Amino acid sequence: MMDKFKKIFVKSNIGRFFIYVFLIFWALTTIAPLVWVLNNSFKDTDQIMDSPFGFAESLNWANYQKAVERVDIIRSYINSFIMSGSATILVLLFGGMAAYILGRFEFRFKKFFTTIVALGLLIPAFSTIIPVYDLMIKLNLINTYPALILPHVASNLIFAIFVLSSYMSSLPDSIEEAAIVDGANRFQIFTKIIIPMSRPALATVAIFSFLWSYNDLFSALILVSDRSVRPIVVLLNEVSSRYGVDYGLQAAAVVLTIVPIFLVYLLLQDYIVKGLARQGSVKE
Amino acid sequence: MRQFKGDKKVIIMFLIPAFAFIFIFLLYPLIRTFYNSLFYILQNTNPRYVGLGNYQKLITDAGMITAVWNTLIFMVAAVVIEVGVGTLLAILVNFIKRGAKFFRVVYVFPVVVSAAALGLLFSLIYNYRLGLLNTIVSWLGYNPIRWITRDSALWAVIAPVTWRYVGFYFVIILTAITKIPKTLYESADIEGASRLQKTRHITLPLIFSDIRISIIIAITGVTKVFSMIWIITQGGPMNSSQVLGTYLYSVTFQRRLFGYGSTIAVFIVLFGLLLVVLTNKLLKSDDNGGYGTPGM
Repeated sequence: MMDKFKKIFVKSNIGRFFIYVFLIFWALTTIAPLVWVLNNSFKDTDQIMDSPFGFAESLNWANYQKAVERVDIIRSYINSFIMSGSATILVLLFGGMAAYILGRFEFRFKKFFTTIVALGLLIPAFSTIIPVYDLMIKLNLINTYPALILPHVASNLIFAIFVLSSYMSSLPDSIEEAAIVDGANRFQIFTKIIIPMSRPALATVAIFSFLWSYNDLFSALILVSDRSVRPIVVLLNEVSSRYGVDYGLQAAAVVLTIVPIFLVYLLLQDYIVKGLARQGSVKE
Repeated sequence: MRQFKGDKKVIIMFLIPAFAFIFIFLLYPLIRTFYNSLFYILQNTNPRYVGLGNYQKLITDAGMITAVWNTLIFMVAAVVIEVGVGTLLAILVNFIKRGAKFFRVVYVFPVVVSAAALGLLFSLIYNYRLGLLNTIVSWLGYNPIRWITRDSALWAVIAPVTWRYVGFYFVIILTAITKIPKTLYESADIEGASRLQKTRHITLPLIFSDIRISIIIAITGVTKVFSMIWIITQGGPMNSSQVLGTYLYSVTFQRRLFGYGSTIAVFIVLFGLLLVVLTNKLLKSDDNGGYGTPGM
């Protein structure tokens, strides 16, 4: 009985058919909500009520206009890009420097520094936020860009040093030796040889530093919640709690947040997929 | 690697910026949190030493107990749904040729999108009057349902959070599967093995260590969940969907109890460490039993 079932189900095309059914079903759990929210973002509340599944008859931009005028979504976009962009650049710079040393040098306190990086993986933002908040109040930085940039640099440096130092240590010694014979100093070796050769790892670090910073609601709510500096995720939280009845505005805000990520994702998907797979091995 | 004269200076100069950041914004705050957990601090003024008072409060606080309990339930769901469905999808995608790339693109996308945006999307889906779910329910001829109640709220947040991460484990497992040498499958084909047999005897044993790592990441990952729950339910109604992160936030930044909040933060760190040790231990002992894992 079991064997017969196996033969029919697994070997034949029927097996293939069910495989596709399941794969398509799971794909729909992603695609359907996105299409639904995109469609509804072009309708007003009455139209959503009257024909919830009907396609928007014309592109009604009113919800998007509201998102721009009433909650100033463009300002939040700019804030997000400034803060996450700065954090990413600093992570690449300082992370690259530290990784070069930890990946390619032997020295007395090396173990101490690698242990700190390993420990850093176990420190969640929840456990540091209260003193960081205190510190930012004392430095008068609350509700300014550095309030979010600085802690984001620190937490993303951990992942950056992990990935970059293991990549840099795998680069062959011979190139560096040849450069030294030619009279290059360490700084020149770092900028002219190590950095260019580490480009794939740097790309992975850049993408994930940016994404994590961009997506972090918790720290942003606490450190940069003011309208003038709030990033896009804080705006989404605001829209959800304060404009809860304005369905169209909420739909438009969701679409405006997802579309740019979608475009970047299509462009960089190979890097992203490889980077995600890597995170599995970082924890090993 | 060898060192030259003057390299000492380079080493110091290159390490200083990164480790200054790590000390000031990670290590110092972590230690400070442990210290603060021994004080009663309202807002951030006039700390009053209370010894282990906050810790006594912690073990009797109904909100905290709910948050811990919910986190544990969440962990089981995370392993079953995130790792389970992720592994299943990876095995199935590996069987097919046409459309494999499309499925990969679609499954991974939610991992990349901001949890905040997905949270708002799901609160629209759950909406009583206009939400996707109730639209379907009334289209089928039933009365609309309240999706977020005290009994259902935890599941209403577990569903989207675990759904979002399926793609992450899908990628980890799929990458592991593609590393399996093709020759193993080819010789199995010659012997007439079915898909199920190949999966059981070749694929699963060879990806077991990746599944193990995925389970560890999934379990420890639950202690970091915040955004989606905060946007969908804020831990409510009546704390029913509270997890560690959301409870810490509401105690610290809504009720402004900074000292007690620090105690919760300490708990989260220790809980996380305990989980890493436990999951490693539990899953490692399985590694040598049952499954032969050649070369791993």
